[in-house]
Amino acid sequence: MRFSGLKILKEGLTGNKGWTNHWRDPEPKQEYDILIIGGGGHGLSTAYYLAKNHGLKNIAVLEKGYLGGGNVGRNTTIVRANYFLPGNSEFYSHSLKLWEGLEHDLNYNVMHSQRGLINLFHSDGQRDAFARRGNAMINQGDDAILLDTEGVRDLLPYLDFEQVRFPIYGGLYHPRGGSARHDAVAWGYARGADTRGVDLIQNCEVTGIDISQGRVTGVQTTRGQISAKKVGIVVAGRSGQVAAMAGMRLPIESHVLQAFVTEGLKPCIDHVISFGMGHFYISQSDKGGLVFGGDLDFYASYAQRGNLPMKEHVMEAGMTLMPMIGKARVLRSWGGIMDMTPDGSPIIDKTDVEGLYIDCGWCYGGFKAVPASGYCFAHLLATDKHHEFASGFRLDRFKTGYGLIDEEGTGSQHNLH
Amino acid sequence: MRIPCPTCGDRDRREFYYVGDAQIINRPSPEASEDIWNDYLHNRDNPAGVTKDLWYHENGCNSWLVVTRNTRTHEVQHAELVTKLKGDGS
Repeated sequence: MRFSGLKILKEGLTGNKGWTNHWRDPEPKQEYDILIIGGGGHGLSTAYYLAKNHGLKNIAVLEKGYLGGGNVGRNTTIVRANYFLPGNSEFYSHSLKLWEGLEHDLNYNVMHSQRGLINLFHSDGQRDAFARRGNAMINQGDDAILLDTEGVRDLLPYLDFEQVRFPIYGGLYHPRGGSARHDAVAWGYARGADTRGVDLIQNCEVTGIDISQGRVTGVQTTRGQISAKKVGIVVAGRSGQVAAMAGMRLPIESHVLQAFVTEGLKPCIDHVISFGMGHFYISQSDKGGLVFGGDLDFYASYAQRGNLPMKEHVMEAGMTLMPMIGKARVLRSWGGIMDMTPDGSPIIDKTDVEGLYIDCGWCYGGFKAVPASGYCFAHLLATDKHHEFASGFRLDRFKTGYGLIDEEGTGSQHNLH
Repeated sequence: MRIPCPTCGDRDRREFYYVGDAQIINRPSPEASEDIWNDYLHNRDNPAGVTKDLWYHENGCNSWLVVTRNTRTHEVQHAELVTKLKGDGS
């Protein structure tokens, strides 16, 4: 089934009886060439690009719950390529390019909206840092415009510019940044993978990883043993538990990051705004809800919900920045579980077990990485070579100290990112 | 979330600074191998369930605490002074 405007018109006139399921619900086979553990955004995009870019057919994605039920449905949907350091910069640049072609590629409306992202700054020093970051982005081939106060005021007249603590000096404007419909990204990749023959197996929890003489041979699941030549672990939020099945300890601590949405309002916030000093970021969904988030709660957690101190902090930051949202009522809040690495950057690498690969450690930046992560992880799984855009995300960089990607410049240590 | 500080009693989470897994109090010897140091500095068990982590009561008695806590429920079960656990105050 192909989606098109004509199809929608036809279905609308004929009672919407022609829509079919977006993917099959297959029984697991005895054996696959490649198994992907984890049916979230990254797992599904990995499966999609394995099939599309590498022509592989015999692939399955194993998901313990339902497709897209984890972090891909629990984020604030921001898409951007405003990274600074080599290693990150080319990767997120590639990801944004994939985003820009994603809807045509998948024939699926992921509601990717390049409404522009503005990172605010509040001091001369911060302005210099953002000017430098903007130049790095331009050098990478992406877009960045340094705005002064008046430039920001033109775009975002409703901010409190004269606030005493953090007066707004300007912002780094990234016009190609924006947001997307998070669930649709998972669904679009799932449908694309399924169409290309990938088996998407839901309600199938991996309970063990079979290793024989240093080589992976398959997995144990709640739906029986499944053999495989290669296995990719793509379970950010639960990476430690799954890696432990292969005897690995990861450089990851799991933390909860909260997000919030208000009741639906008339359109009022046209961009994605990031207020770093309050660690607050906000955009408005197409339904009208203000979607915003803050910083980690800052203690290890798997609870998928946070505590009140961070809620209070986020609300305070929002009120400091844009008092106009004060009367909006918060409808829901939720938490996602972040794989936090010591340097704040992800891992896409082989493991010490032959045929076992891992894609994890996305910290709080996994959503925008969904296309490139799958693209590059598929490349690694299929060819055993690191993709040029993800060659820095090595597992051993913490041990050697070589190639750390500390985007925030705070040091490579747990609890600093 | 409240933490039962052995010195101050039940106190709000906001009075405490979180460091991470309590393994950090068992520092390897300077001569230990690279693998042992890497394990100590970076790798974590990261359990989904009961864990022990290190907190600092910065807006209270300034003690370092090992807190027994459930990462699935946020239930805080127990807190102990590091000085008491280590015996030597180091």
